[in-house]
Amino acid sequence: MRRIFNTLLLIVFVAVILVIARWIGDQAYSWMPTQATAEAKRVDQIFSFLTSVGAFIFLGISGMISYSILTCRAPKGDWSHGHPARSDIRLEILWTVAPAILVLWLAAQSFSIYQQLDIEGLAPMAHLHIPLESPADAATVPNAMEPAVENVEVMAKQWFWSFRYPNQVTSPELHLVVNQRTRLNLHSEDVIHGFYVPEFRLKQDIVPNRNIDIVLTPTQVGKYHLRDSQFSGTDFALMEANVYVDSLESYHQWLSQAAVSK
Amino acid sequence: MTNHAIENTNESGNINWRDYFSFSTDHKVIGVQYMVTTFLFFLIGGLLAMVIRGELLTPESNLVDRSLYNGLFTLHGTVMIFLWIIPFNAGLANYLVPLMIGAKDMAFPVLNAIAFWIIPPAGILLLSSFLIQGGPAQAGWWSYPPISLQNPVGYPINGESIWILSVMLLGISSIMGGVNFITTIVWMRAPGMTFFRMPVFVWSVLSAQLLQLVCLPSLTGAIILLFFDLTFGTNFFKPLENGDPIIYQHLFWFYSHPAVYVMALPAFGIFAEILPAFSRNPLFGYRSVALASFGISLVSIFVWVHHMFTSATPNWMRILFMVSSMLVGVPTGVKVFAWTATIWNGRLHLLTPMLFALGGAVMFVFGGITGIMLASVPFDIHVNNTYFVVGHFHYVVHNTITMAIFAAIYFWFPKITGRMYAEGWGKVHFFLTFIGANLTFFPMHPLGLHGMVRRVSSYDPQFQGWNVLISLGGFLLGMSTLPFIANMVVSLIGGKKVSNNPWHATGLEWTTSSPPPKENFEEIPVVNEPPYNYNSSEPIPEAAVTQE
Repeated sequence: MRRIFNTLLLIVFVAVILVIARWIGDQAYSWMPTQATAEAKRVDQIFSFLTSVGAFIFLGISGMISYSILTCRAPKGDWSHGHPARSDIRLEILWTVAPAILVLWLAAQSFSIYQQLDIEGLAPMAHLHIPLESPADAATVPNAMEPAVENVEVMAKQWFWSFRYPNQVTSPELHLVVNQRTRLNLHSEDVIHGFYVPEFRLKQDIVPNRNIDIVLTPTQVGKYHLRDSQFSGTDFALMEANVYVDSLESYHQWLSQAAVSK
Repeated sequence: MTNHAIENTNESGNINWRDYFSFSTDHKVIGVQYMVTTFLFFLIGGLLAMVIRGELLTPESNLVDRSLYNGLFTLHGTVMIFLWIIPFNAGLANYLVPLMIGAKDMAFPVLNAIAFWIIPPAGILLLSSFLIQGGPAQAGWWSYPPISLQNPVGYPINGESIWILSVMLLGISSIMGGVNFITTIVWMRAPGMTFFRMPVFVWSVLSAQLLQLVCLPSLTGAIILLFFDLTFGTNFFKPLENGDPIIYQHLFWFYSHPAVYVMALPAFGIFAEILPAFSRNPLFGYRSVALASFGISLVSIFVWVHHMFTSATPNWMRILFMVSSMLVGVPTGVKVFAWTATIWNGRLHLLTPMLFALGGAVMFVFGGITGIMLASVPFDIHVNNTYFVVGHFHYVVHNTITMAIFAAIYFWFPKITGRMYAEGWGKVHFFLTFIGANLTFFPMHPLGLHGMVRRVSSYDPQFQGWNVLISLGGFLLGMSTLPFIANMVVSLIGGKKVSNNPWHATGLEWTTSSPPPKENFEEIPVVNEPPYNYNSSEPIPEAAVTQE
């Protein structure tokens, strides 16, 4: 009788934390900044999934520890021993195999999402699609095979950003066209810097004397901030630039104005 | 029996206070020397963090100069890792390992003393860089070239070169310690102390020290080359002279990731001693927990690139190291589940060491989960180098490891001093620390998700709310050490005298007097019991119970 009651209690406990963990995973989207690229949506998906799984494990273990703390206290000064159980080989195999399967599942999910990010121009592997998501969802992502339309040179040096556009205009502002694949060629003149726009969910170190490209497709018109993300010395905190995602018309308008004022 | 033990304490008081300031070769003296010295460095590292948090109370840079700020976080990280956690663990292991395995001392007592005496000069050397022109190193505790090679003063003696020399010296000390611990554990166990009768703390020290020996030379080599680049104009790591700064990152993390396990494994060992003692149950799954220490060591050698997912790392490497990093969760999970099962249906005593151990274990589950999340490449690309990472590793290095260290200090304080600490003040210390730790390090996660990068001395005003909370939590954490220090000092002088075994714990260290005599045991013990033998049906002797 007691055994059945305990099993029922365990089932209820697992069910409750499953529901809570799922709910926390849904909330996770709101802990992230605006999604301004197709990649951002993918990253938030994997974050929400990892948060759900993590919340389930955390609530499960801390729930069991709390239960022990609340219900299994010895009277003060009574140092007599507890139960003699030393091991249970089935239980130990279970808690070795189950986490192994779990982390491999997390890794597979992360891998699948990673393949859908098309962030590094030099990355052939990013094109080996194994779509795990629904086809309707896939349709909203720009075709990764499509070549980048625009090429912008990103130049980092202590502690300034500058950007060179195809018409040889150089500007301290990064302008991108909404829904258009843009290839950024990242260069540094001195130390390692990092290209990071939180709303794009993209980060790439810029190593002097190496050609590193990233490709991105902004999906949301607006103004964002580019931050140096790899520590670069004294004024590291000030190394920012404004990023504008424009419609095609306003992009061309800005570009020709910039060419004239040059 | 009990009275005899107390008398024994007085008679065997052949450790004099002057010994602690001498080149003693007694492992117990050296252990205490390590622990007290490194605690002072912990306070210094903490003060550096207080200044950092003071600066970050407001979005503008208005408390310290930006280059000083960079020096502050560089030395905060270096002090906390190389002068607090790693050497404190070495000190605790120095004190406990010979006692736990029934040995008279460490295998190489003179080497042991040399390893300790390297630490104070190396630490003072590091801190002295605050006084030289140009100030301390400013390139962070990871010291990536080429930023670390930009010498602002132009002299060969500068903050960075002092940093390299100091870290090199501390590394040599750790390698000496590693040789000594491994030799001691393998060769000096008492009769009957088979490997599978060793306490898990000893297993964890063995696996951690093996990691030191295998991985630390990589860091030492890397910083020697860095020193050549900095001082003699070589070009190993200078990208504009065809050197390769990424190679440095590989060499650095080949040690510095396993270093996290060098720090964490002894903490797990501490939990494995304290949780059974205060739940009166044998450690559940002893063999699998002992072997999991080696599992963690082995896997942790192959995960270093997860620090470099954004460092121009090719895709295949990103994926490979994502999978290997996530696999660390398996042996770590074995430990966590075993702790949970150990206290399950136990007879719990929530005294200070147990509170710190339980608090540390729960916060480790949190830090471990965010670690698995960070191993996921697509997520890491967003939060790499943000406060999410800072929050994650402080949940591990402070909220788990430092909590475990406090648990250990309270647990073995009666053994080391022969006196009991004040329980009420211990609990005050625990609750202040637990609240302060979560208040400080939890809000770093949402900040990082929103894109606040690390290492900045000024930030976007939208982040101020969380930052104020973190700073207040940090100041609370700073204050929380005061009741601890007062408790230790007062109890050392006037604490109630204790018997050999005030916790009625198993383990050889509890069979000898408190404090133990010179050479530890009246006669070398013979072991014929399994470890964690908390399942005897015999009642606890009445005399021992009233001793509490």
